[in-house]
Amino acid sequence: MAQAVPANQKWWGGGKSPFNVEYGKLMMWYFLMSDAFTFGAFLISYGTVRFSSNGWPDPNEVFKSFPGMGHANMPLVFVSVMTFILIMSSVTMVLAVGAGHMNDRKSVLKWLAWTIVGGAAFLGCQAWEWAHLHAEGAWWGRNPFHNFDGTEASTNFTNFFFTITGFHGFHVLSGVVINIIMFIMTYRGVFDRRGHYLMIEKAGLYWHFVDLVWVFVFTCFYLF
Amino acid sequence: MSNDALHGHPEVVTTHDAHHDEHHVHHHKETFITKYVFSQDHKMIAKQFLITGMVWAVLGGLMSVLFRLQLGYPDQAFPWLEDILGRWAKGGKISAENYYALVTMHGTVLVFFVLTGGLSGTFANFLIPLQIGARDMASPMMNMLSYWFFFGGSIVMVSSLFVQTGPFSGGWTAYPPLSALGDASPGSKVGMDLWITAMALFVVSSLLGGLNYVSTVLNMRTKGMSMTRMPLTMWALFFTAVLGILSFPVLLSGFILLLFDRHGGTSFYLSDIYIATTQQALPNEGGSAILFQHLFWFLGHPEVYIILLPAMGLSSEIISVNARKPIFGYMAMVGSMFAITILAFLVWAHHMFVTGLNPFLGSVFVLLTLLIAVPSAIKVFNWLTTIWKANIRFTPGMLFALGFVSLFISGGLTGIFLGNSTLDIHLHDTYFVIAHFHIVMGVSAFFGMFAGVYHWFPKMYGRFLNNTLAYIHFWVTLAGAYMIFWPMHYEGLAGMPRRYFDYSNWESFKQFAELNKFISTVAIIVFAVQLLFLFNFFYSIFKGRKVTTMNPWGATTLEWTTPIRPGHGNWVGEIPEVHRWAYDYSKDGRDFIPQTEPIGPNESHH
Repeated sequence: MAQAVPANQKWWGGGKSPFNVEYGKLMMWYFLMSDAFTFGAFLISYGTVRFSSNGWPDPNEVFKSFPGMGHANMPLVFVSVMTFILIMSSVTMVLAVGAGHMNDRKSVLKWLAWTIVGGAAFLGCQAWEWAHLHAEGAWWGRNPFHNFDGTEASTNFTNFFFTITGFHGFHVLSGVVINIIMFIMTYRGVFDRRGHYLMIEKAGLYWHFVDLVWVFVFTCFYLF
Repeated sequence: MSNDALHGHPEVVTTHDAHHDEHHVHHHKETFITKYVFSQDHKMIAKQFLITGMVWAVLGGLMSVLFRLQLGYPDQAFPWLEDILGRWAKGGKISAENYYALVTMHGTVLVFFVLTGGLSGTFANFLIPLQIGARDMASPMMNMLSYWFFFGGSIVMVSSLFVQTGPFSGGWTAYPPLSALGDASPGSKVGMDLWITAMALFVVSSLLGGLNYVSTVLNMRTKGMSMTRMPLTMWALFFTAVLGILSFPVLLSGFILLLFDRHGGTSFYLSDIYIATTQQALPNEGGSAILFQHLFWFLGHPEVYIILLPAMGLSSEIISVNARKPIFGYMAMVGSMFAITILAFLVWAHHMFVTGLNPFLGSVFVLLTLLIAVPSAIKVFNWLTTIWKANIRFTPGMLFALGFVSLFISGGLTGIFLGNSTLDIHLHDTYFVIAHFHIVMGVSAFFGMFAGVYHWFPKMYGRFLNNTLAYIHFWVTLAGAYMIFWPMHYEGLAGMPRRYFDYSNWESFKQFAELNKFISTVAIIVFAVQLLFLFNFFYSIFKGRKVTTMNPWGATTLEWTTPIRPGHGNWVGEIPEVHRWAYDYSKDGRDFIPQTEPIGPNESHH
């Protein structure tokens, strides 16, 4: 890995990839940049509307429930669990990619399976959270929560919450589907026949990106 | 190779090569479907984009002819209009609602489906692999999907013309609340849903295409083709793709929020609204219509350069070839395109000077907007110095390229007026704006596109277009474009607003009745001449003069080293290696030196 580059190596001289990657990985990076702009636009829109509003609900009030705990006041505990699960699934993805580098099919399968479980668990948590909020009367166009100062809030808190976390959840869902496809392909030995596990690496890039986006979504909706 | 072991991916290099080889070895059976319909050959996909774009251009152009009839002859009825348009033109007069639908669709179609899809789709697909020396795009499959998403979007957009309530009619910028509320106008009902769907498909198409263009240019250049040896067309199309990849997603976000406002009961863009038609006060609160404008113009302004940069690249190349001189200031050209790409993202709010934008913020955007004049001027001077004292061959392609430069100068100068927020208070939403953007990005981009079609037609179809028809096409279009849009500057300076259905009721604008008639008449003539071009195009595909030499224009670039009618894979045998930049014209006593020729021992430096 740490091999020195010969002085006369012309990376940009044509005839090879200047980044020493095949085109699919390059495309994935550009796609992620594009997708970052999609989320960026959403979050900046959120910020714009929030800052032009007179008040905003308190996340500690909105997100204080935990499954099976009744009316216990546990602000942000559940979302911390969700976030932990998603970040752990990124760790298992790193291990899967690492196993792919070693062409170790069994480990790839094991770590991919854990990543899929993590992604599915996150989606399950999100489903519970949405269902819970919905039961409390929150939905697109409906906001039962009051502002910090107790005044009545506009619906834009829930509008943005469901749209942006929904869009992120859709990305997680696609990621889980992609990971399942990768799992099946690995299981069938497709990558062993190809001699490399590059596809796992590309799926990994996407998965990490989805996790990274969650950090921003989490910060915007739960911490402020 | 020493870099194989470097990142622990020896397979990277080998798969890459294997991918290349399998293209020219395989002789798989091609059916009509795989060759002409679901083709994965970049050259065929380019032609699909071009011809689809032509259909769109005719539709979009015809729409402008129809609404120009209304503007030029507001008091006359044309019974034949009712024959072809039915209830759109009861009694031979286009109704106000349908007039706005025509204007909206004209803008949408020409900006997105012709000058983005049609222009980039055609020339990025056709030229990138040929000029950088690749067998095909990085992913031919995604390339094919890019066309079919474009086609799907086209079908949905066309279908909106036929729904009961008509297509969207709130302007191509689709500002809410007109676009967000079905009750706002008939066109805002299902027509708008179809409009958003079509545009979403278009964004997907543009993303698939753009990812392919970028990774092909970066990854698949042939040996010796360093970035700075690429023809300027490649740089232009590369920057265009980057612009599209980074700006269209923001538009998509804007559309998703718009969809929720339309159907989800949200108020992202809505606040304090009373609808007169239904006498209803809406409960929506807290949203901002200006937010949509920010999201829209964050795409909308780069979109201008998505349209313009390919035309710049094509013209640069064609001007250099036909001037038989190297392009003047190659690195300055690349640098100014880079500067334009960056600045394109930083000027969007100049479309919003009068929306209530903070004047201080406005002045920042004035500065950034006027900065674009610098790279633009560098490019113009470089084109002019390229043709300075040159032995110019006035081929139709060259004429259109020069026409592009002329229009870019004329339209660019009025951009300096409009980029100024104080002048914009007077000029915004007038015909001055219409004149400015039609010249600088509408007609001029069309000229770049025509230049490209005339210049590369021999490579596309192995035949030439008819020159006589081409010269008629050029002179009538150039003169016509100026006769249509020049007078609009006067109208705009006099305060004549855009988007009015009938000016004859206004004392201040009545004086332009004859001028409007004149403009409409010229518009009809110019439209007719475009049909002449279409005839020339399709006639020449089958009956044009045959190309007999591989390099009919005496050009240096790689596409002219392929067979006259290249197959899938482009080169028979090895891909040629490149030894020099693309602009060795009139060098060391030679007319031109192809890029494939090694540098001679006694050769002078360029």
